[in-house]
Amino acid sequence: MNTIAELIAEESFFQGLDQDSLDFLAGCARNVHYAAGDRILTQGEPAHTFYVLRSGSVALSFYVPGRGGVIIDTLGDGDVLGWSWLFEPYTWQFDAEAREDVAAVAFDGVCLRTKCDADAHLGYLLVQRFAKVMLSRLQSVRMRMLDIYGPVTPV
Amino acid sequence: MALSLQSDSRAVDAMVPVPYRVVGRARETADTVTLSLEPVGQPIATPSPGQFNMLYAFGVGEVPISISGIDAGQRVRHTVRGVGAVSQALCAAEAGAMVGVRGPFGTDWGVDSAAGGDVIVIAGGIGLAPLRPVVHELLRNRRQFRRVTVLVGARSPEEIVFRGEVASWQASARINVRTTVDYATAAWKGEVGVVPTLIERVTIDPEVTTVMICGPEVMLRFTAAEVLGRGVAAERVRVSMERNVQCGIGRCGHCQLGPVLICLQGPVLPWSRVGPLVARREL
Repeated sequence: MNTIAELIAEESFFQGLDQDSLDFLAGCARNVHYAAGDRILTQGEPAHTFYVLRSGSVALSFYVPGRGGVIIDTLGDGDVLGWSWLFEPYTWQFDAEAREDVAAVAFDGVCLRTKCDADAHLGYLLVQRFAKVMLSRLQSVRMRMLDIYGPVTPV
Repeated sequence: MALSLQSDSRAVDAMVPVPYRVVGRARETADTVTLSLEPVGQPIATPSPGQFNMLYAFGVGEVPISISGIDAGQRVRHTVRGVGAVSQALCAAEAGAMVGVRGPFGTDWGVDSAAGGDVIVIAGGIGLAPLRPVVHELLRNRRQFRRVTVLVGARSPEEIVFRGEVASWQASARINVRTTVDYATAAWKGEVGVVPTLIERVTIDPEVTTVMICGPEVMLRFTAAEVLGRGVAAERVRVSMERNVQCGIGRCGHCQLGPVLICLQGPVLPWSRVGPLVARREL
């Protein structure tokens, strides 16, 4: 059976981190499992955790009065779930629900924030990785805003 | 990828629509239907996956429409999105109505040349129409290919064309099929996000992978960039381009994209050829 340090070393999100950093991260991490239908994050609640998904699927949604839960994004293997733990006011902005059984590694955000405050280099490496994820999701949102399947030139 | 109808003698015939009868009409989405057409007399040549026909709505006009089904016998299927006078007239054609057909024109996907390797088919919106015959061919000759992956994107679950068929491909488990939409409620069980985000979830062996992409041009650009980022050479990435095709035989020049005549040298082109052209404005 793999240790958590070995598990997170396999994830692309952590590629390039040295062994000391991986060991430290592993010290703030634990394996978690959710059954299909379980709520993982709830909008408005304190955000002190982030997850790297190892298997399964998670839907990020936003409750819209009159329309119910609108799915914003779906995440799968290797994806990072949750970045509100990194920024004040440390509050979840969306709901997240397991659509299939999910296996993930959960990281204690309070533990990581404290360590990153003391170790700016590790903090930079982590923020760099989160910025890359955010950039990728921002690009996806921009592409969706183009409404590329919408109206076309009449023929 | 073969060029068709190059000689002058055939070019004359290529400008004359052949009468076909609508023998079937299936609604795909709110604005899209699939027409099944059978020749009344002499049929057109048998098309290859990726080619297109010019469909003539009598008294209204003519438009290029990709071929979404090549049935045994002489029946062809066309999936038409009603966005203007001609395409709306075609969409409104009921069983028994007559349409004119010229073609088949243009290059094909070259499915045979991908044999022995992996194939990734990526469709956005009605872009699945010209790729549907590819999936049929891959399924028919499944053993000739290694991993086969089909990625389908649409605006919403209701706007996925060939919904039932895509679900049956998924259920068959003979190929890996993933669907994603831009907007969905909790009832949707597929993924939410743009098509390029599906690519990072797919195993790619770049040396032996052929990628075939069709969809809106913006989607082509983002998707090709993602595939190239995974190490696939631009020569192995084929896209189907859409332009203002009118004559279909390279005479009128309306479909020119820089040095390329889409009706003759396309619509299927390698990204190595077309990528630098679509990056330029006003071409």
